[in-house]
Amino acid sequence: MKTPFTSNGTKAAVAPKPNRVGAAAAWADERLGLATMAKKQIRKVFPDHWSFMLGEIALWSFVVLLLTGTFLTLWFRPSMGETVYNGSYDQLRGLEMSEAYASTLDISFDVRAGLLMRQMHHWSAMLFIAAMLVHLMRVYFTGAFRKPRELNWVIGSLLLLLGTLEGFTGYSLPDDLLSGTGIRAADGFMKSMPVVGTYMSFFLFGGEFPGDSIIPRLYTVHVLLIPGVLLALIAAHMLLLVYHKHTQWPGPGRTNDNVVGYPMLPVYAAKAGGFFFIVFGVTALMGAFLSINPVWRYGSYNPSEVTAGSQPDWYMGWPDGALRIMPGWETHLFGFTLSWNVFLPIIVLPGLMFTILLMLPFVESWITGDKRNHHLLQRPRNAPTRTALMVALMTFYGLMWAAGGNDLIAITFQLSINQITHFMRAAVFLGPVIAFIVTRRWCISLQRKDQDDLLHGYETGVIMRDPLGGYTERHLPLPTAAAYTLTARDRDEIRQLDPSTDEHGVAAKGTGKARLQARLSRWWYGHNVQKPTVAELEEAHHHVEEEDAHDAPLVGHAADGHQFDGRHDVVEGDDLAHHRD
Amino acid sequence: MSDVHSKEIARTEADPIADPGVESHLPRPTDVDPAAERRAERQVAMLFGLSAVFTVLCCVSYFVFAVGDNPDTIGGLGASNVAIGGFLGLALLFIGIGAIQWARKLMGDHEMIEMRHPSVSSDEDRDEALAAFDAGVTESGIGRRPLIRNSLIGAMAALGLPAVIFLRDLGPLPGNKLAHTVWKKNMRVVQDVTGVPIRPSDMQIGQLVNTEPGVFYKDGPDGEPLYHGTELLQAKTKAATILVRMHPDDITPSRGRADWGVDGILCFSKICTHVGCPISLWEQQTHHLLCPCHQSTFDLADNGKVIFGPAARPLPQLPIMVDSAGYLAAQSDFTEPVGPSYWERG
Repeated sequence: MKTPFTSNGTKAAVAPKPNRVGAAAAWADERLGLATMAKKQIRKVFPDHWSFMLGEIALWSFVVLLLTGTFLTLWFRPSMGETVYNGSYDQLRGLEMSEAYASTLDISFDVRAGLLMRQMHHWSAMLFIAAMLVHLMRVYFTGAFRKPRELNWVIGSLLLLLGTLEGFTGYSLPDDLLSGTGIRAADGFMKSMPVVGTYMSFFLFGGEFPGDSIIPRLYTVHVLLIPGVLLALIAAHMLLLVYHKHTQWPGPGRTNDNVVGYPMLPVYAAKAGGFFFIVFGVTALMGAFLSINPVWRYGSYNPSEVTAGSQPDWYMGWPDGALRIMPGWETHLFGFTLSWNVFLPIIVLPGLMFTILLMLPFVESWITGDKRNHHLLQRPRNAPTRTALMVALMTFYGLMWAAGGNDLIAITFQLSINQITHFMRAAVFLGPVIAFIVTRRWCISLQRKDQDDLLHGYETGVIMRDPLGGYTERHLPLPTAAAYTLTARDRDEIRQLDPSTDEHGVAAKGTGKARLQARLSRWWYGHNVQKPTVAELEEAHHHVEEEDAHDAPLVGHAADGHQFDGRHDVVEGDDLAHHRD
Repeated sequence: MSDVHSKEIARTEADPIADPGVESHLPRPTDVDPAAERRAERQVAMLFGLSAVFTVLCCVSYFVFAVGDNPDTIGGLGASNVAIGGFLGLALLFIGIGAIQWARKLMGDHEMIEMRHPSVSSDEDRDEALAAFDAGVTESGIGRRPLIRNSLIGAMAALGLPAVIFLRDLGPLPGNKLAHTVWKKNMRVVQDVTGVPIRPSDMQIGQLVNTEPGVFYKDGPDGEPLYHGTELLQAKTKAATILVRMHPDDITPSRGRADWGVDGILCFSKICTHVGCPISLWEQQTHHLLCPCHQSTFDLADNGKVIFGPAARPLPQLPIMVDSAGYLAAQSDFTEPVGPSYWERG
């Protein structure tokens, strides 16, 4: 047999094929050239911390949503056509209802595992949004949004917005009494928009509310449009995460220029992959044991019926609260009506809050002038103003959210709903301010505590009594690693205006913008505690050594107090008094 | 403090405590004790094995437990749901726990250090990219030929029009549909659900009855109901009403409304003027009607005035009378649009 010839006259270069996996990899690489990229990524290092897992919950919940949602589409009929229900559920059998509601009942009662998938889908939707919110807070509180990651913050914010809309369109689909009431309210929201509101309502509903189009249209938005955009944004979010490499907490050997942690293969493949199964499994258990959205109890939608305690899913609760506590303002001008009572809380406010969220990283860097790359996380206490700002926003959110349940609060605690509403009208403005002030002072106090530990050592709990009867607590220096970790942060730099003078000796005035930035940066950083200087540390060490010298003779002599009462002999042999000087 | 001086300090003071470097690796029991290693190995394998067992149980449950006729067994959750979901959850959890146990106990746990690379491109790359872009733009001549550029921009912008126009058939124009309901003179006020007409003597003081226009219970010439399906829901959305009877002395009708009721019986729109929820919580003693959605409260003895909550408009009142047969009927349609406000409402 002849040896096949190639252009350079030698045998074709064939990679050795040690096994099937290798062969498949070689096959793919010859066509895709994957090895170049894979060689860097397979052992890519990720740092370890429990808080880095929060975003992962959101990611895996989304996968569970895709899986369970696809299952549901196999039986759900997104139609408002009238049909007579003939399924297994006694109380509704024989009633006229929409196909959407009837098929939701079928999924719940006549498709095996259907109720499980419905409940898992609803629970994982709540987990998805909750995990995104908590992940957002983690990223903000630790400063992980700073350069170069601002765009990933923007993508993450969009994911939160889209996730919320996806949730709303999803829980509106069964066309039961509760979700229909939600759509009815949404119709009212749309109609409050100036000029275009009525047209938007008629176009969305295909005529007058409720029409026969809203369910199929929401369905397309829910299963195609928003999931498509979510997928694309999640992909971008993850790609940027890989490109920037994960942030890490400061600590021994962990710098702004490296990542210390464990490799993707095998450790994170196993941990993150295993965590997917844990999220999936917990969701399955929730679907099995925790009933959610039992639509069969609500009945089919009827515009002249409603149940008391009607509420949206929790993530829509805060704008609903704003809607509840808003005073009934309406303006009539030139034959037109502007419903401030609806337009402001439900259209303007969420838009405003989302814009604030989106702008947080850019506002901070505009104020501080910090354009450096940051890969080391900050403890919330070391950015007091930032931490206080987020706590103020959280307080606003929480109060609005509570206002969204004012009826339930009134019933549960036997309070007047009117008083709760009046209280909330003031609290949503005052609460965030109080929260801001308290949080900022709290952070600064924690910074001072760190400073104390660094300079004077940590409290050992050992109480020393000196011969004069004075009590002191023994302090010991922090372990080097802990001390280093506390000092592994930048000193805050308050912006300075250029103090130079022109040729006439007149001080150059900064522009208005520069002056504003300088003032804001003083407000932002002004009260922060800066880590000690070398000189301060040395002085403190010197002081500690003196104290140690003073304490040294006392160490190891447990005293029960009777030695000094004058009626007992000193038993322990030592005359402690001679250590006085 | 001058700039130079502060930088000097930053350099020497950046790390007042020297970086001790990454902690040395401490071996785990499974690294040094072969027995512990074998035990961990057995644990992981057992977790995976249990997972497979639960998967089988999950599949068996699918066939064993019937759905449909037993939705309320096991705490109202359904036996099928609990069994399938419970076993599926355990099967998934044990895979997850096993994989993580494997990673924690047996996989290498030496911390690795990887250097970061700046996100920014190198200056050469940036210059090359800019040069390439400039070359491309120059060759296209888009800068030198504004006629082509502007006409292209115009053509692209025009394409936005069909994207908007094609959505026109999403729905009909509003017209004045929101201003009218199916109520008209002589139409009877009938009970919701049953469609039974109401005599004034049927109503007791303090009573509230959910009512609808009688036309919803009329059949057309073909023997089918006149309103049904979507049309019925649309009509009901605007025409749903409530009938209340109060002591005539308690009622303070505003001008022109003195004859809108019958012996203290008044008829109001059931649709909240806030965002359109049906209002249904009736406080008999105070004549207050509370919306369960956002707690707007209306005083029905005072022309439906808003006395609390976010609604801005009083609840529209339907003028009623007694028709020739002695039943309650409308004097006319509502005199104003019902339901949530909208821009053209005036």
